[in-house]
Order: sequence, then structure tokens, then C-alpha cells
Amino acid sequence: MMNVHTGRQPTAAESALVDSFVDRMGELPGDGEIAGARDNAIEALKTQGLPSRRVESWHYTDLRTLLRGVAAYDETAGTNAVPPVIAGSAVAAVSNGKSISAPRLDGVEFTKLSDKLVGGSLIAQMAIRGGDDAIGQINAAYVTDGWAVTFAEGVELDAPLELQNVQARGQGHVRFPVKFGKGVKATVIERQAGGEGEGFSTSLSNVTVADDCEITWIILREHSDQATQLAQFIATIGKNAKLNLYVVNAGGKLVRQEVHVLAKGEGSDFQLRGVNLLGGDSHTDVTMTLGHLVENTTSLQIIRNVVTDRARGVFQGQIKVNKVAQKTDARMACNTLLLSDDGEFDAKPELEIFADDVACGHGATVTEIDGNHLFYLRARGIPENEARGLLIKAFVAEIIEELENEALVEALEAILDKWLAVHV
Amino acid sequence: MLEIRNLHARIAEDGTEIIRGLNLKVQAGEVAAIMGPNGSGKSTLSYILAGRDDYEVTEGDILYNGESILDLDPSERAAKGIFLAFQYPMEIPGVATMEFLKVAINSQRKARGEEPLKIPEFLSRVKTAAASLDMDIGMLKRPLNVGFSGGEKKRAEILQMKLLEPKLCILDETDSGLDIDALKIVADGVNALRAPDRATIVITHYQRLLDYIVPDSVHVLYKGQVIKSGDKELALRLEENGYADIIGEAA
Repeated sequence: MMNVHTGRQPTAAESALVDSFVDRMGELPGDGEIAGARDNAIEALKTQGLPSRRVESWHYTDLRTLLRGVAAYDETAGTNAVPPVIAGSAVAAVSNGKSISAPRLDGVEFTKLSDKLVGGSLIAQMAIRGGDDAIGQINAAYVTDGWAVTFAEGVELDAPLELQNVQARGQGHVRFPVKFGKGVKATVIERQAGGEGEGFSTSLSNVTVADDCEITWIILREHSDQATQLAQFIATIGKNAKLNLYVVNAGGKLVRQEVHVLAKGEGSDFQLRGVNLLGGDSHTDVTMTLGHLVENTTSLQIIRNVVTDRARGVFQGQIKVNKVAQKTDARMACNTLLLSDDGEFDAKPELEIFADDVACGHGATVTEIDGNHLFYLRARGIPENEARGLLIKAFVAEIIEELENEALVEALEAILDKWLAVHV
Repeated sequence: MLEIRNLHARIAEDGTEIIRGLNLKVQAGEVAAIMGPNGSGKSTLSYILAGRDDYEVTEGDILYNGESILDLDPSERAAKGIFLAFQYPMEIPGVATMEFLKVAINSQRKARGEEPLKIPEFLSRVKTAAASLDMDIGMLKRPLNVGFSGGEKKRAEILQMKLLEPKLCILDETDSGLDIDALKIVADGVNALRAPDRATIVITHYQRLLDYIVPDSVHVLYKGQVIKSGDKELALRLEENGYADIIGEAA
């Protein structure tokens, strides 16, 4: 029974999530401590239920209400690896919760997460972040597979590595623990791809960026309007290392992407750029927590949202600057282009600064398409729809174009064009 | 080519009537100057011709080559050859000028059932047009009009006009904000486009521009009506005596 102490009736989704544990247990890899961690996770979920708006970090994404049901597991939902976003990328693929293929790359080791779970070596990462960590709970309870990737010191990739997670329909829970050794230079595309049917998935990436690394990591999500995905990106950054994270959401019924980053090394730089393309009745949440733990670190977040139909979006950005973290430079901006009266975007910046010599700032704007701009383009012969498309594209292209890799810019612009063709 | 008949129009939002029974004919090959004091409705007229929906036509008609254009949206009017050079060209961040030019040209070609321009042909046309206006091609790699000086923006308008090859050109206070050198370059650009099958309407507050773009006809706009028409001598008379005389005569 759920929530015995409160007497609250569990929702359909809560019941489904807790009840299927008994059925799934036998198939979940790992025993001993790993099985214990799974038990703890399901127990936490059982007692707390899914977070509602009363839980501060879920205030704008009331999961208890929004998650109406949970897609059943579907053994037939597995697919082959799909072609990578950028031709020539190395692809490590997971489909329907199973690792299906990994590339050969000099200096990079790929291990199936299921093997790691059986070996019990991932126990530290199975810990749940806190009482409000619903994504961590669900994933720890049910994770089946993924790829654990280790980059040796000094590896420089010529082409991107695509970590591909395809959940065409049904349910799946995966993880990608990735360790970048000292001085690694790499671009990773975390491809969260869907299909047509109803889906429910969680995905966790635990990333360690060692000293002197230069990492570009792109989370690219294209799910159907029947798919829910809850995901976390958790990273620590070492000395003089750069982590340049992009989150591109271009589809999904209910999406929450959490980003939890700790700037642990002096001279480190973390940048997050978000593109949220929100249409239909979707609900999309990007929630970031960032800790500046040491002196002389820098960070930047730029979030650009396009909201149409009845879509709703959320960005929560929390920056904590420790008392010792002097000379921190942190900037955050969240800009929304609202294309419909029924759309909504909530931005919640939160700065907690305990050091006294820092530069921190944040700003949020909501605008419509500028009527003067639109008329100008139309007066040159560009039909209204196309003119609107150009202006919307311009709004997000600004941050996509900051990527130095031209193939990547083109790939992301193609996704943008595809979304615009459907929604505008 | 253009015939405006008893046109009445108001601001859609608050109903203020700006154009109050305006009549005007412009023939193919003609350069017509429209002059008038501030607030006479000059810019409004240019917007209405281009199809801006902030204004409502309540009476009368605008015939272009014998057909009413009132039901056409701005892009359809543009594809039919109507071009408005803006008094204040828009700065549009994130839209590269070159991309904009290509989309505009090819949208118009598509609307007319023509094939899109091939890239090399497009580039060569842009280069030629830019050179004739003394424009640096590097500027066109920047976002549309962003960071352009006043003069550069006006040149960019004329560049677009050259590339789009319209049949009816409307220049709204193209002289404002231009120094004399820029004014000459812009006027040369306009004069080079004079052709028997093309009409130009030059809207201006001052006679100065008409020294460089010599008009065939001059029309004085006041309170939303053409109160006097004449040849280029009329513009000179306005320059000497101001608008008060003519307004007095008409009243």
C-alpha cells in the first residue's frame, strides 16, 4: 500500500510504477547492494509518491497530476541503431532499455551498464539525490542498461560520439556514466529519440569532466506527443576544464531535463544553452542546479524558448556560490518567444551567493513576434508563414550558431526547420 | 499603372482617419513626387500601398495595372512588383542579410511561377548591385540592417530594390538621414532603375532629393488629400514659399 501514513490514494501512475516492481525484479540486473539500492528507491517512491506542486523543486511541474499513466513495457519496441545526427559519428546505441551496439574508438572504453550492475561497481551512483529526486528514484529502481564510457587521458575525438537512446514506444530506463580523463577534447551527442507510440522513459547521464578537458555535450530530444521522458545530466568539472552543454527539446508530451553541475576545479567554465521548441499540449521542464565550489570559476546559461499552441514550459535555474568561491562570474538569461495566447512559460532564477566578491546576474524576457519585423519581410515578398518561420528561426539560431562545428549547426538547424514546418 | 480613387483609410486600432478622399494617377515610366507637411498622411499612404494591416481602407480603391489590390496581402503585392523602400528599415537580429535576400527573391519568383535563382547567379547579381551602390559585400554577411548606419540602411533598401526589380517603387523619405554623398549614390541607384515600364513614387518632405531624382509630376498631400498637382516647378515653389500658400489656395 502506498502512503499508509497519509492515507492518500495513489494515482494510476504511482500505482503502476510501484506495482510493476514485483514483476520486473527478476529481470533487473545486479544483486546484493544494487538490489538493495533498487529496493530503497522503490520504497522511497512508495512512501512519498510522485512529487506534487507542493514540493518546491517540482512547483511548476506537478508530476503527480501531469503523469496520468505509465506506458507498459513492450518487448517488441526494440529497434536497430538509427543513423547518427552527424554523418561519421561513432554511435553507442541503446534501444528499448537494452544496449545494442558500441563503436571502436582508440582510447575510449565502452562497457554495458548491465554488466556493471551485475558486477556491483556502480553502487555509488545509485544513490538518490534527495527526497525530491523522483527521477533518480524511478531510474535507480528500474534501470536495465546503457553504456559506461571511459575516455583515457588526452584523447581528442575528430568526430562526435553519439550516445543514442531510442525508446520507440513502451517503457525503458537507462544510464550513461561517462568519464573524461584529463585533457580530453570531445563532442558528445546524447540523442534521446522516440517513435510514434505511447512511451515512458528515464535516462541519467553521470559525467565526470577531469582537469583541462574541453567537452561539448548536446542533449537532443525528439519524442512524440505521446511520450514522457524524465532525464538527468549530472556532472562535475575539474580544474581549467570547459563543459559546454546544449539541451535541445524538440518534442515530447511531458519532459523534464534536470541538469546538476558542480564546478569543482579552479578556472573551470560551464555553459548551458537551451533551446525549447514547445507545441501542442506538451509540458517541458528544464531544471538546473549549479554549484560554484571553488574560486575563479565562470558559468553562463542562455535559454531560448519558442512556445505555441497550448504548450507549457519551465526553466528553473539555481546557482549556488560557496563562501570560498570568490571571483565567480555567473550569468543567466531566459528568453521566450510566445506565439500563442494559450501557451505559457515560467522562468525561475535562483541565486544563492555566500561569497562577497562575485559577478552574478540573471534576466528573463517574454516577447511576441515583432509586427514591424513581420511586415518588413512580407513587404519583400516573403509569405506570412515563411516570414514568421524566419523570425522564429532567427530567435533560436543565434545560440545554435555559437557552436563551432558547422555540421552540428546544420544538423540542429535542420531539426529546427522540421519543427517549424509542423508547428508554425 | 497606379490609380488611387477616392481613398479613405484609418488606423485599424483606434479608427483615426488619415487618408480622406485621396485621388492619384501614376503612369508607367513616370516619377511622381508626393510632398506634404508632417502629418499629412505621406507615410501612411506608402504603408497602405504596401498592404500594412495596421490600416483599414473604408472607401475607395487602389488599382494597379487596372486591378484592385486591396485584397492582396503584402507578400502578394510585392510579388506583383510593388516595392516600398522604408523610411526606417527594420533591424532584424539573427536573419543574415544574404539569406534574407535569397528568400525574398525566390519567394517572389515562386509566386510568379518562376524557377528559383541558382546560387552562383544570385551571388553574381548581389555583387554587381552592391558594387554599383558602393556597398561592401562583407556587410551583407551581417544580420539584416543590424549595426548599419542610417546611410547604409538606405543603400541596403536600394540594393533590395535593384535585386527585386519591382514595377512600382515607393520611396518613403529616402533622403532622411543621408549626407549629400550618400544621397547622390542613392539617387543614382534610383535613376538607374528608371524605365518605360516602371513607375516610381518619391515621398519627401524636402525638395532637395528632387534635385537628384527629377520628377515628372509633383503632388501636394495635405490632411489625407492631394490638394494640388503640377510639374517639377511646383516643388521649387514649395521650397521657396513653404506649404502655407498652397494650403491657403486649396482651402
